[in-house]
Amino acid sequence: MGCGNSALNSKKSEKALKAALVIQNWYRGYRARLRARLQYALAIFESVEYADEQSQMQLSDFFSFMLENYTQIRKDDPDLSNQLLENTKDRQEYIGLIEVPDSYDGPRLQFPLSFTDIVLLVEAFKNQKILHAYYVLEVLFQTKKFLKQRPNFTHVKTSSSKGLTICGDLHGKLDDLFLIFYKNGLPSENNPYLFNGDFVDRGRNSMEVLMILFVSFLVYPKDIHLNRGNHEDFMMNMRYGFTKEILNKYKIYGKKILQTLEEVYPWIPIGAIIDNEILVIHGGISESTDLNLLHRIERSKMKSVLLPPMTGYSTEPEKKKTGAIIMSGIITSKDSSSEQLPKHEWEQIVDILWSDPRGTKGCFPNTGRGGGCYFGPDITTTMLNKYHLKKIIRSHECRPEGYEICHDGKVITVFSASNYYEEGSNRGAYIRLGFGMAPEFFQYQVTNSTCLQPLHQRVSVMESSAIRILKERIISRKTDLTHAFQVRDHVKSGKISVTQWAFSMESILGLNLPWRTLSLHLVNVDKDGYVDYMSSFQDMRIEKPVKEAESAIIETLYRYRTDLQMIFNIIDSDRSGLISMEEFRNMWKLFSSHYNVQIRDSQIDELASTMDLNKDGSIDFNEFLKAFYVVHKYEKSNKSNT
Amino acid sequence: MADARDKEEVKVAEFHKRIKEAFEVFDHESNNTVDVREIGTIVRSLGCCPSEGELHDLLAEVEEEEPTGYIRYEKFLPVMTKVLLEGRYRPIPDDVLLQAFETLDSAKRGFLTKEELIKYMTEEGEPFSQEEMEEMLSAAVDPESNLIHYKDYITTMVIDEN
Repeated sequence: MGCGNSALNSKKSEKALKAALVIQNWYRGYRARLRARLQYALAIFESVEYADEQSQMQLSDFFSFMLENYTQIRKDDPDLSNQLLENTKDRQEYIGLIEVPDSYDGPRLQFPLSFTDIVLLVEAFKNQKILHAYYVLEVLFQTKKFLKQRPNFTHVKTSSSKGLTICGDLHGKLDDLFLIFYKNGLPSENNPYLFNGDFVDRGRNSMEVLMILFVSFLVYPKDIHLNRGNHEDFMMNMRYGFTKEILNKYKIYGKKILQTLEEVYPWIPIGAIIDNEILVIHGGISESTDLNLLHRIERSKMKSVLLPPMTGYSTEPEKKKTGAIIMSGIITSKDSSSEQLPKHEWEQIVDILWSDPRGTKGCFPNTGRGGGCYFGPDITTTMLNKYHLKKIIRSHECRPEGYEICHDGKVITVFSASNYYEEGSNRGAYIRLGFGMAPEFFQYQVTNSTCLQPLHQRVSVMESSAIRILKERIISRKTDLTHAFQVRDHVKSGKISVTQWAFSMESILGLNLPWRTLSLHLVNVDKDGYVDYMSSFQDMRIEKPVKEAESAIIETLYRYRTDLQMIFNIIDSDRSGLISMEEFRNMWKLFSSHYNVQIRDSQIDELASTMDLNKDGSIDFNEFLKAFYVVHKYEKSNKSNT
Repeated sequence: MADARDKEEVKVAEFHKRIKEAFEVFDHESNNTVDVREIGTIVRSLGCCPSEGELHDLLAEVEEEEPTGYIRYEKFLPVMTKVLLEGRYRPIPDDVLLQAFETLDSAKRGFLTKEELIKYMTEEGEPFSQEEMEEMLSAAVDPESNLIHYKDYITTMVIDEN
């Protein structure tokens, strides 16, 4: 190298250095902003999900209200008493009546079950086969029979030859279960598993996941352990998709399957204790969690989080009877009070299934979900010390990395449904516990493409999905939001400050989100920081099945459509999909008075008459509710996801 | 004079709200702290572009005397407000970015090879970690030619952000 070139070279390399710095600086900034956008999208998904759960809990208040005030409606129905009698859960009644046709090409289980049946099921489900109702029912009956023998808390011991794998929420995601089995092996007496609740709802294969888990339990009852999650609850299933999946896949047998499932859930153990050191439960704890009490509770009486024990129950025999008849699909005996848990016991279970750990000390009501509580590190420490335990392993919350450790290492969250909110939203994980060893974490992510998409594409997909969901919330509150905006717009200019807009959004929608940052995606903001508030609703509208109805009613119906569907499903005890006009009117009256919704009786009548398409006095409520959906102006598909 | 002070107060109030939102999104335990490793992301999400060295200095200002691995909101807010008020760490304009790539592309071919980019990014300036390098490559490299057509790359990224 010649000396004469060195000055030129050093100048060149200085330029290169500067250029490299520029690019690195820019890229780091870009990457950080992508990660922040990802975080915002996750915040939206999470907050909307919990707000839904909260309104679910509100529904429980409504049911109590309904039971106390609802009279006379079914009194004149002669068929009802027959239906009640027909509601037997006796296995002999209909197992013998169902035949598996020769043409059935799905898996045929052999009872008593063995490892071969597990393999058979996994293979069949990989080939998209559906297990015949006959086998489903047989599995459910056997599962209930064997679960009854288990105590409230399963005590598990690991040994040097036998570890334990713990999985979190699966939510009907079969691909994740297959991935776990692929990485970790199928369940067997040498490969024990503990599934920590929420096997069903949301995903498309809740039944398949449940069947694999139950069959595994039946084959290896000493080595496969199940904990109840908040979604192992027949009323939650009505709202979050499992009920629908069953009715779609099993049609005429669906009703029987649902009834039987209702009886199985409460027998699933509340939790597990491993090596006398680790407490495994689905949600969390509260400051009043009493493990001794929980060991003794009659867990089978905890039917649903939406059926709290009645306090101040009416003593009039007529009312009591009618109340039970209304809930005929739900409460199995007419004398409900002996079938209920005392309130404080019921709450103990709700806390276990619904609570979330948080960084703040103390114990607070879980306002995000509407049930259970937020428990701080001090609550954890006190509880662990009280019962001489070392750790809590729980699930219930989706975590970006599939697992998370908090409370100074004492609480571990494990979540096993990857891509839970959206493709690319999160990884799934499972934990392996070895004898005398620290827990090992294994992560995975189900992907459709052979290699993961670049970060900016994943963020883009998640972001647009989250914004879409948020926008649907917004349009469903258009009337209330417009009113809130206008109140702040003193000069009627059509504009308010970003702060005022953010405040209105948060208070009306009840979602704690970074509104100022999101404003860029949701409204038109001018350079002075003022928001054209009506642009919050641009490009969207709710498709009305009934042109004449006012938009306020439309919005209300759209907003509550899932709740209404649940209520209608309950009234419609023969599951015909039809309810009478009178039932519709009465339900609506109760609903609107409880939820404080301003709709006149005459408007409801009009709506009801219009929906009675064949004028025979009955309403197909599924069609009615399906008719409400949000139209996104620039999207090809019009239907919103319910 | 009072008017100018009012304007600054309004500005500061605005900044506080923005900083709070950006911070809260990373406050996973809802206890007004974030993991120290997220500070860079938060600062950059607020529109600033500090170099790694500048970020390091900023961290020193917001960390506890005995570093705990967590940064508290009370310490972060005043420091970040000052950064925004002073307009520190301004982002790189697009044309400067293009020039930087062109500087590295001494032969003026309109592209860089994968090896060249890796060499510059991991050996010069404030070197990339392996993760950062892989991530940049996943979006920047044209899979067929194995080259980085930087002009197209920049345009795509800029559109994506807006």
